[in-house]
Amino acid sequence: MIQEDSDRKLARNAIFPAEGRMILNIGPQHPSTHGVLRMQVELEGERVINVTPIIGYLHRGFEKIAENRSYMQVIPLTDRLDYLSSMANNMVYVRAVEELLGVQIPERAEYIRVIVLELQRLASHLAAVGFYGNDLGLAFTAMMYTFRERELILDLFESICGARLTYNYLRFGGVREDPPGNFKEKAKEVLAQIKPKIDEYERFLSEDEIFLMRTKGIGILKPEDAINMGAAGPVLRGSGVKTDTRVTDPYTIYDKFDWEVVTGKDGDCFSRYAVWINEMRQSIRIVEQALDALPEGPYLAKVPRLLKPPAGEVYSRIESPRGELCMHLVSDGATTNPYRLKIRSPAFCNLSLLPHLAKNVLIADLIAILGSLDPVFGEIDR
Amino acid sequence: MIELEELIEKFPDAVIDVKIQRERRLCAAVKREALLEVCRYLREHQGFDHLSSVSGVDYADRFEVVYHLWSYSKKKLLSLRVSLPKDDPTVDSVTSIWKAADWHERETYDMFGIIFEGHPNLTRILLAEDFEGYPFRKDYKLKENPWFPGKSPGEEQR
Amino acid sequence: MEKRGAGMAVVAFLNREKFVREFVDKNPIIRWSRAKSPWMFTFGLACCAIEMATAGTCRFDGMERFGMLARATPRQSDVMIVAGWVTKKMASRIKRLYEQMPEPKYVIAMGECAICGGPWYDSYYVVDGVDKIIPVDIYIPGCPPRPEALIDGIVKLRKKIRAGETNYDRGIRYAEEKG
Repeated sequence: MIQEDSDRKLARNAIFPAEGRMILNIGPQHPSTHGVLRMQVELEGERVINVTPIIGYLHRGFEKIAENRSYMQVIPLTDRLDYLSSMANNMVYVRAVEELLGVQIPERAEYIRVIVLELQRLASHLAAVGFYGNDLGLAFTAMMYTFRERELILDLFESICGARLTYNYLRFGGVREDPPGNFKEKAKEVLAQIKPKIDEYERFLSEDEIFLMRTKGIGILKPEDAINMGAAGPVLRGSGVKTDTRVTDPYTIYDKFDWEVVTGKDGDCFSRYAVWINEMRQSIRIVEQALDALPEGPYLAKVPRLLKPPAGEVYSRIESPRGELCMHLVSDGATTNPYRLKIRSPAFCNLSLLPHLAKNVLIADLIAILGSLDPVFGEIDR
Repeated sequence: MIELEELIEKFPDAVIDVKIQRERRLCAAVKREALLEVCRYLREHQGFDHLSSVSGVDYADRFEVVYHLWSYSKKKLLSLRVSLPKDDPTVDSVTSIWKAADWHERETYDMFGIIFEGHPNLTRILLAEDFEGYPFRKDYKLKENPWFPGKSPGEEQR
Repeated sequence: MEKRGAGMAVVAFLNREKFVREFVDKNPIIRWSRAKSPWMFTFGLACCAIEMATAGTCRFDGMERFGMLARATPRQSDVMIVAGWVTKKMASRIKRLYEQMPEPKYVIAMGECAICGGPWYDSYYVVDGVDKIIPVDIYIPGCPPRPEALIDGIVKLRKKIRAGETNYDRGIRYAEEKG
């Protein structure tokens, strides 16, 4: 087996492209690759024949490190997985352990969790739209607009838990602390400010001729391929598959609110972008309803500090802004550390679609397709 | 539950153990020789069209590969477990059934050293190609804590 | 007159490095101009990169105000801000990119992971701090540091460049002592 590995390695390193073709390395450091991604592109002129994404430049062995920490100490580590949606990462881990423990979450904590998760979805999609404009050549303009709104949401998060990016807010059995007294009014103000801005982004981008030419009809993904190849989130819904883990596999009280699952029509880059924009509107709807219905009561159930959950295996699934985020947690019932932790990250599965989507496109289209898949390398490389 | 009953009916000697954990969570353990047929049956006849993830676990006496299958039509999750002996960690690859298994199996090979036969390109994906060893196995030790040598991080909290 | 000018030019040519050291690097006007426009090499790896990008947006405006333009290529930049943890797979690339930057060059290590390995101190694949690979001038603590902290670090770097206290200047003094 070892001999076969080194033979394969030799064969791969000695790449002799065919006549008229060139191998281009879009290297680990590049302004448009959303992080550290290396793409080995085989080009014929300006046409991409095939592309091989090479990942692992941000790998730290998160799952192994988590085995060396106690259950509570893993929560701030999960923040740093998908750093644009830390609340969702916290949630998937906390749900897994709560399922093992069989703990009942108080109602106020459920409402606070829904508010915080949907605000996180808003913030993440704003960043996605901003960085997408960056890729397409808008050179920080889209970022200036969307990050202005994102700052308002991050201010809200700072008033709740003191941090702007890595929150460490959810705990087993609820949340870490109560939101401050004026949170409801401030949140409503922020949402009232953001709502007209989303229409503004649509006016700027969705009706712009150059943006349409660069995203319509590019990177079309058929629904059957999307399901078979494991696509998740906006990539899956952009192809027309109407499925959302918040509805099909409920993990908290989303059924109490009036909202819709958003799908796209064509499966191209523009549909995926449209899914982001419309999901932002649905998130605002959910948060407004949750703020109105927020009940009084405890925000944290009683759970021992140093946990030893009973032995078992769970698979918890939630809908992060990038798609279906899952965790396979194995506990052996005897130690204070998790036995095995495995994260199924949606961006990893979406990125594996890139060789399929980027056949016979131009290099500029390759960058547009990569941006529409919304990769975040903290969770791809783990 | 119907899915599990039909599965036991179709493959009586391949299925070792079935369990219902809670609503929408089914568990089954199969022998590794019958894995491909069971997976094909599950996808074509039972509607489990989404392979959510493939994860490896390193127990004291065996390896286990756990396949998590989700059905978009029935809205149920089936966790399929296969046990592998420690000295021969090979199993068939399911990339011919779900293309999503491609990168997941490469990652399991990279971290545990479990060989998936029939995989189109079984090479390291996250670690560098010349990395030696399989990090997620329990006998691979992490670096020691430089500030509290000898203690694991959970200990110094008390 | 011409002979003296020609002589000085010949001397300067023969002792190029010394000329550059004396008349350029220690010149307060040159130091002032270098401090006023340090061009940044965007090397954002992980979560700290998001805070670095945010520091350039409209609320904080921490880049353009201090003359910091973001250049994507190392050949045209002065400052390399390493934001995020450095893995062993990426370490050789970082060294190569650092070597591709033209002198004088400065490095800012942003965030706990770039300073000392951060929460991943016991990982088998993370380098304990980027200063094990390249020399660092400014360390900005935080996980992630707020954009205001990054701006504070940039201001301190500018002061260091003005005062001639960076690693580049220390290298010059060391070369002088060695002769």
